[in-house]
Amino acid sequence: MPASATLRPEIQFATLEQQGDAAQLGMWVFLVNETLFFGALIFTYFIYRISYPHEFAVAAKDAVLWCGSVNLAILLTSSLTMVLAINAGAQGERRAMKRWLLVTVALGCAFLLIKGFEYYQDFQDRVVPVVNFATKPGEGNAGELFWVFYWVATGLHAIHLTIGIGLVLYMLWRIRRGEITPAYYAPLEVVGIYWSFVDTVWLFLYPCIYLVGRS
Amino acid sequence: MSRWIPFWPDTAAVNAVAVNNLYLAELGLSALIMATVVAMMLMFCIHYRKGSAVSRADRVQKTWHFEIGWTTATLVAFLVLFVWGASIYIWLYQTPRPDEEVYVVGKQWMWKIQHPGGQREIDALHVPVDKTIRVVMASEDVIHSFFIPAFRIKRDVVPGTLQTIWFKADKTGVFKLECTQFCGLQHATMKGEVDVLSGPDYARWLTAQGVHESLAQQGEVVFRAHGCSGCHDANSTVHAPSLAGVYGTYVHLQNGSVRLADEAYIRDCILNPRSFTVAGYPPVMPDFSGQLGEDDLMKLVAYIKSLGKQESGR
Amino acid sequence: MSTTTLERMPAAEPGAEAGPSYLTSEHTVTSWLFTRDHKRIALLFFASITFFFFIGGFAATLIRLNLATPEGLLQPAVYNRMFTMHGVIMVWFFLIPSIPTTFGNFFVPLMIGARDLAFPRLNLGSWYVFNLSGLVVLYSLVMGGADTGWTFYTPLSTSYANGYVFAAAMAVFINGFSSIMTSLNFIVTIHCMRAPGMTWMRLPLFVWGIYAVSVVMLTATPVLAMDTFLLAVERLMGIGLFDPNHGGDPLLWQHMFWFYSHPAVYIMILPAMGVVSEIIPCYARRPIFGYAGMTMALMAIAILSFFVWAHHMFVAGISVYAGVVFSLMTFFVAVPSAIKVFNWTVSLHKGRISFDAPMLYALSFVLLFTLGGVTGLMLATLGIDVDVHGTYFVVAHFHYIMVGATVSAFFGALHYWWPKLTGRLYPEIWARFAAILTYVGFNLTFFPQFILGYLGMPRRSYTYPAEWEPWNLLSSAGASILAVAYLLPLFYLGWSLFWGRKASANPWRATGLEWATSSPPPKHNFERTPTVTLAPYCYDPQRDTYVTQEGVPHAG
Repeated sequence: MPASATLRPEIQFATLEQQGDAAQLGMWVFLVNETLFFGALIFTYFIYRISYPHEFAVAAKDAVLWCGSVNLAILLTSSLTMVLAINAGAQGERRAMKRWLLVTVALGCAFLLIKGFEYYQDFQDRVVPVVNFATKPGEGNAGELFWVFYWVATGLHAIHLTIGIGLVLYMLWRIRRGEITPAYYAPLEVVGIYWSFVDTVWLFLYPCIYLVGRS
Repeated sequence: MSRWIPFWPDTAAVNAVAVNNLYLAELGLSALIMATVVAMMLMFCIHYRKGSAVSRADRVQKTWHFEIGWTTATLVAFLVLFVWGASIYIWLYQTPRPDEEVYVVGKQWMWKIQHPGGQREIDALHVPVDKTIRVVMASEDVIHSFFIPAFRIKRDVVPGTLQTIWFKADKTGVFKLECTQFCGLQHATMKGEVDVLSGPDYARWLTAQGVHESLAQQGEVVFRAHGCSGCHDANSTVHAPSLAGVYGTYVHLQNGSVRLADEAYIRDCILNPRSFTVAGYPPVMPDFSGQLGEDDLMKLVAYIKSLGKQESGR
Repeated sequence: MSTTTLERMPAAEPGAEAGPSYLTSEHTVTSWLFTRDHKRIALLFFASITFFFFIGGFAATLIRLNLATPEGLLQPAVYNRMFTMHGVIMVWFFLIPSIPTTFGNFFVPLMIGARDLAFPRLNLGSWYVFNLSGLVVLYSLVMGGADTGWTFYTPLSTSYANGYVFAAAMAVFINGFSSIMTSLNFIVTIHCMRAPGMTWMRLPLFVWGIYAVSVVMLTATPVLAMDTFLLAVERLMGIGLFDPNHGGDPLLWQHMFWFYSHPAVYIMILPAMGVVSEIIPCYARRPIFGYAGMTMALMAIAILSFFVWAHHMFVAGISVYAGVVFSLMTFFVAVPSAIKVFNWTVSLHKGRISFDAPMLYALSFVLLFTLGGVTGLMLATLGIDVDVHGTYFVVAHFHYIMVGATVSAFFGALHYWWPKLTGRLYPEIWARFAAILTYVGFNLTFFPQFILGYLGMPRRSYTYPAEWEPWNLLSSAGASILAVAYLLPLFYLGWSLFWGRKASANPWRATGLEWATSSPPPKHNFERTPTVTLAPYCYDPQRDTYVTQEGVPHAG
């Protein structure tokens, strides 16, 4: 592991602290943007769900509940491991930090694997709108709308999660180069905030997709 | 108004008079605001131009008084405009008891009009003067907008819905009918003529069309052709709601809600019966979406309205 | 400003001459294409938006040529694609980025005393994403263009239109990311990187304008991104989100579209308001009237803009009650705009006013914005909107604001900051001539359209009844004058780059921090971080002196 030279802020910042603050504010501001992006989608979902409650309930029966639930547990745990990694980083415990980050990556990948399996299952169940869709009785047109929402929402979420995994791997690389120290670990915090957001989105998507009509 | 360069549209309906007055008032207010801003700007620019030797001392330091002052004045003026405009809007969009009804279907790129007596027109609308006309509108394809400048009325015609609008022409003459929602290639030529005739002239025009079947009678033909009478006839064995006198009443639906049985409701039931099943009846009505054009739907609606007609609230 | 005044200027600010300017510090193409310098990125954006301005302007030329006579010039299909692409390109590829990505990028760091924006690589990335979206829209245009109007109303756009709707929608989707990246950068920069002493209430109003616009961009654009994404999915796959034949709701598209697009029009005006608030104090030589009120008005407009969207749908089939609520909200959002007009006008009182080109553009802005604004009140009035919605009245109203006001402010900014950007002075006579010609040409083009609108001429029409020809012909004639007025600056500004008089650090004797460094600035803006002690616009018209924001007094 190369000994890091004293880390200097980028030219536009006066101190590392200012750089770190700017990075964190930037991520929070970005998440406001993301909230509105997913929010618009969830809003559209609710417009149609309120108009066609019965059809949505029928359509949602084909959602693979165990996949969604296990994935929820995985993501919640991964947020925990992420926070543990950041804590370790703040304390200077490099080994623990790297370990927790690797666990986070592993959990993220597990999510994607289960999602991939679920997509395969969905294909078998013929719930892919236009491409491979069979309307069940009682669903009408609105059932297909439910599944459009499902594929768009989970697809976008999976893309965001993949980017998150990439960011964590990038953090591991920066740690190797000695750029993350207890004096300056803002990049890690920023990735952590992003990761928690991806987790939160799933928290909202889960009841929309898997708990319709199952109360 | 000069016929060579038109400057102001005809004002040919009671609707138009109200809107015209509001428009003139706002034009006046706008001119006043513009004049004030221009006058102040000119005055200051001349008096305080760089070369002039006037004193610039003792400038106002506390600006709050002015700002609160003109903010309040602005807000009050705006609220007056709002109330006036909103009251006209509510009046324009709530149809009073009509003297006559007309059914309009907009499609790319023409207006198809059907009178209750069965007379049909394309890109033309003949109406009697001094009578409240209720227009029921549908679109067969994309969003159009039914606009008669001389009457100052307009409403978008949205596919999948029925919209209504009303007017009462107070002058005879020929006026423009326009489409003001871009609807494709020939949107610019989707125009028509509204021909306002005196009572006797209108009656003569109706007879001269040589139509022997009223819209409701044409609707009855469609009703039987599509098998509706199979369930909804009085002596049918299927348990289906009776349609006699249903128009204008309040219907209790399966899902607990109550709807006024207006034209839109009747159309909804035909196209999407599952969502509008009447309470106490089995959800067995077949869905006719895709099988009936808007013209035919209008005829069915006219027929059902004619069954033991009751006074409608609209 | 006469040449003799220039020679009497004090020497450039200490330390500002050190080092080559940002223009000459490096010469390679890669040093431009991979720059992280906000000033160079501003010029890169300038090139892109100017390019699209001319494409959109070319479409406008064809439109007005066609409308000069009822017989027209273009096939209906071509005309329909021309007005659609004119709208799409002018809105997303010129107006929305115009002032923020050029003057915002260049001057926000300078005005707050920073060396760059918070995220320089994100800034460059924004330019590349913008160009990517530009390539997609050019593809759509070259292949024939979309033909739905820039509003993409469904089901026309999803199920009936023959043009390249998918490509146009995707171009808008990608373009949104560029907006988001830029606005994020500005928000973080303004929060975190102000120089010592630069408190929020000492920020120049241009910075407030950029801040307000960034907040709106950040919160509204993601909704557009989702809308265009869903529209593209529907167009491609035939799902029924917005198509009544598949159980969808066409009005849902309108609500979602306008939820973004109404704030979008405020995105187009807020930076322009900021520019005008910089120019008027400088050329009237006095502080702006009611600084605090102006900042609050900017933020009020930004926030209220989210609550008025359905005023585009008064006749669309929304309930009467919804119409009433949105009309009320629209009147509320007009109040802060009115306050600004009054404040700008009264900012001339007891000033020492000169009429250089930037001031002419700024005064022109105030007048055209006010006219656009009062006609906006007429549209907010429900009873009138029922009559004029969808007619040329609306077209005239929004062009008064977006072109009359915003583009005038853009040209005002261009002339005001030209010395700082390039180190050269532009020829004043030509610039004043262009400013006046713009004002005249603009009014001739668009005022007749109010008359046509009330007469009942629908918008988006390639032809019209012969009796409306005089007004249309007048409008087209005005457009030819406007075109000349917009082309003129290309020539004399281009000339000034090579043969214009060299500019000092502060040729307009202005108080902002951007004038405390050389013209053009060095690569890292300031050799030493400035310390701010004063509010902006400390001009004294009585003694004709001024004090910069760093507290340095200057005699007349």
